[in-house]
Amino acid sequence: MSTTLSDVQDGETPPINLGPSSSRLGEKAIVGWLLLCASLSVLITVGIVAALLGDTIRFFQRVPLSEFFRVGQWAPWQGDFPVFNLVMGTLNITMYALIIAIPGGLGAAIWLSEYASNRTRKIVKPVIEVLEGVPTVAYGLFALLFIAPMLKSVWPTWLPGKLGQEPELQFAGAAALVMGVMLIPTIASISEDAMRAVPSGLRQAAYGLGSTKMQVALKVVVPAALSGIVAAFVLGISRGIGETMLVLMAAGATPNASLWPNDSVLTMTAFIARTAGGDISHGSTEYYTIFAVGSVLFVMTLGMNMIADFFVRRFRETYE
Amino acid sequence: MSDAHAPLVEASATRTVPDAPLNPVIEAVDLNIYYGSFHAVYDVNLAYGKNEITAMIGPSGCGKSTVLRCLNRMNDLVASARVEGTVTYHGINIYDPKVDPIEVRRHIGMVFQKPNPFPKSIYDNVAYGPKVTGMKLESSLDEHVEWCLRKAALWDEVKDKLKESAFSLSGGQQQRLCIARAIATKPDVILMDEPCSALDPIATAAVEDLMVELRNDYTIIIVTHNMQQAARVSDRTAFFTARPDETTGNRTGLLVEFDKTTTIFSNPSDQRTEDYISGRFG
Amino acid sequence: MRTAAHNRNAVNAAREITLAQLDGSQRQGRWKGPAFEAVLLTAIFVAILTLLAVILWALTAGWERLDLNLLRNMPSGMASRLGESGMQSAIIGTFYVMVGLIVTVVPLGVSAAIYLEEFADHDTWYVRIIEINLRNLAAVPSIVFGILGLAFFYRGGLSLGSVVYTGSLTLTMLVLPTVIVTAREAIRAVPPSIRHASMGMGATKWRTIWHQVLPSSIPGIVTGTILALSRAIGEAAPLIMIGAATFVGWNPDGPFEGSFTVLPVQIFFWSAQANTDFHILAAAGVIVLLGMLLMMNSFAIWLRNRFTREW
Repeated sequence: MSTTLSDVQDGETPPINLGPSSSRLGEKAIVGWLLLCASLSVLITVGIVAALLGDTIRFFQRVPLSEFFRVGQWAPWQGDFPVFNLVMGTLNITMYALIIAIPGGLGAAIWLSEYASNRTRKIVKPVIEVLEGVPTVAYGLFALLFIAPMLKSVWPTWLPGKLGQEPELQFAGAAALVMGVMLIPTIASISEDAMRAVPSGLRQAAYGLGSTKMQVALKVVVPAALSGIVAAFVLGISRGIGETMLVLMAAGATPNASLWPNDSVLTMTAFIARTAGGDISHGSTEYYTIFAVGSVLFVMTLGMNMIADFFVRRFRETYE
Repeated sequence: MSDAHAPLVEASATRTVPDAPLNPVIEAVDLNIYYGSFHAVYDVNLAYGKNEITAMIGPSGCGKSTVLRCLNRMNDLVASARVEGTVTYHGINIYDPKVDPIEVRRHIGMVFQKPNPFPKSIYDNVAYGPKVTGMKLESSLDEHVEWCLRKAALWDEVKDKLKESAFSLSGGQQQRLCIARAIATKPDVILMDEPCSALDPIATAAVEDLMVELRNDYTIIIVTHNMQQAARVSDRTAFFTARPDETTGNRTGLLVEFDKTTTIFSNPSDQRTEDYISGRFG
Repeated sequence: MRTAAHNRNAVNAAREITLAQLDGSQRQGRWKGPAFEAVLLTAIFVAILTLLAVILWALTAGWERLDLNLLRNMPSGMASRLGESGMQSAIIGTFYVMVGLIVTVVPLGVSAAIYLEEFADHDTWYVRIIEINLRNLAAVPSIVFGILGLAFFYRGGLSLGSVVYTGSLTLTMLVLPTVIVTAREAIRAVPPSIRHASMGMGATKWRTIWHQVLPSSIPGIVTGTILALSRAIGEAAPLIMIGAATFVGWNPDGPFEGSFTVLPVQIFFWSAQANTDFHILAAAGVIVLLGMLLMMNSFAIWLRNRFTREW
């Protein structure tokens, strides 16, 4: 190296080459591969849309749109294809589940964000994460074999009218009850993230005014984190609509257009799984119903996700 | 080796420094640096003399670190950064499109503000550069690592624990390890971005000692907040300041004065330099 | 815009609280605070206790069949032999599918994460599309991935049929976003100073990533992968879609041949039988599945605590 330096001193052109020592083609190829992998996510979405669209079109070549979207009984085996009852089944269960999940999730989030000490949170937060990861087939079996018979045995049959009828072995209420509890962790953890992102200055200002913890939580933190909380609700709804195993196992198999909790219903997801798992021949109209109903499901959940995304983004713009 | 441990003030004071840098290794000509639309540094002209220590001082936000990072194209890592003007290294414009920034950095090494050893052993930290740049060494890798660590005045302290994690060293030792790591790729210029700002006074003295010794073989350019440090170790000093833009209020850095360190600290020609040196501003 | 929303919230809250103070409602409601906290706590306990109830119930319901026969024997359809019926094919099938999933999803997910963290220019349209896509995919119902698998891996493009690797691929699509997100977090946690040090001595970007960034982020990547796997291991719906629901009395022959089943699908299959002996087996299956999950999660937590580095 010192010889290089003395060369320079003599005023000669230094033997220095700053051009690329190699073309680094390998490196470029690697970056190309990485980009390809990153693009794979787009490819998956394109794949989903293509998979749904192709066979949905084939379905509508056999069944007119007006038939699919009319109000009526779903009975593909006899040529009746209105999706209405399946949507009603999904609505039924999701609605009852949310009656439990929204207050539960919000309450858990408020407690975690505002009441729990750091030490407690460090223990409870991972537990909540574990709850989110419990296989839904476990909840499904529990709903089918434990909750449903139990609810059935204590069903308030003294109630007048439809609500007083004792349910069958599988019914919407059993699935909805378990689903509601199942969705609590999902809603709680997203809401809690939003609440924790509310600047502590806001809380301190409120405490400075002499307000109680409950006032700070309900009147400062929750309103400030509202768009994040709404996003959590919407994602909870989307998760509920998309849940398959629990409703497949516990909600029954009768496509009733019913909003009663003691009725057996068939959701869109349960229908898809039941049809695909059953004996259907490839290319039959029944086979294509999987894709038509799948499209409705996909559009619904995608719409929900976009709404949630909008709220999350609005929340981030305000505080982060 | 023992000569370098003579008192620092003498080492600098007794050294004769030519009036202008002879054989400048790096020259910045009409250097303007932008981050997006923000004009960060305005029209800098500087020449860094061979085997000299050049200090760049000035208040925060005056662009001295930005200029330093331009000298080995580390600013390329900031997506919005844009450079106008030229920076030549041995007469080659390093912003020429034919120049590969990675090659530039192999010739012009860098030491950072906070010691940032890799989470590896002491040995692997030094051996990393030669390995990943595919250098052809004249000696074995073991010998080269020893040479670098001796050069960085660290060998005696670490020779028995080369396989231990670099994080087991003290802050000052870590910074000297980073210097050893920087010279492992055999650069001829070392850029130092406030290398002692995270160190205690004793560790700082050790690093300053080392800089003075390395001057014999390397051209050193240092950014520092510490005026005493510039006075102690550098041959030349460039004083930067920041000027607020009248319309936007953004502060653009510019070079005020560049001269021999003795001149800057005893007889500056610009009032702003004098104010800063005497602590009336900054 | 930002400060406006901020101020509006702060002012509203201050007004409400001041008003509440003025009308004296605060003094009357001393019991309100504790009662409110009790309500909040109930919400958490309901969620946690339900899981405990599931575990306890499954233990009780499946107790008489929690024996080694579960692992030793194949599922049997004959009612007379239910007492010895096992779930070996489901356990082995789950294991095979998971191995296929790991070898597929880890390289793809980590590569995508590296691109998005280290190379992507987030102002370009295609990177934005990728980002939006990842967010949306994370919330697509799992059964829709099953439809994708049915259309392209089972039939259609790849036409692999109902084999182990079809299951692995379908689940890969499902958990890829999770792996990407966690790998990105692990990569982001490596401080920029390490990258600068490496780049500053003339290492290329890729070598910097390969020699510095990736080794430092491996614990995070492994933890994230285990969490993704623990989601995949409990999934039944997408695998039902690709034909794993059939009764399988033998272990899979290989990744590309022979029919297979997995534990969650087997549980579902047993739950749908009328004979209640099958339900005992299903409950025992739930215990085995939860046990597997517990092991995976514990390992992930141990890994996270063991290798978390303070920079």
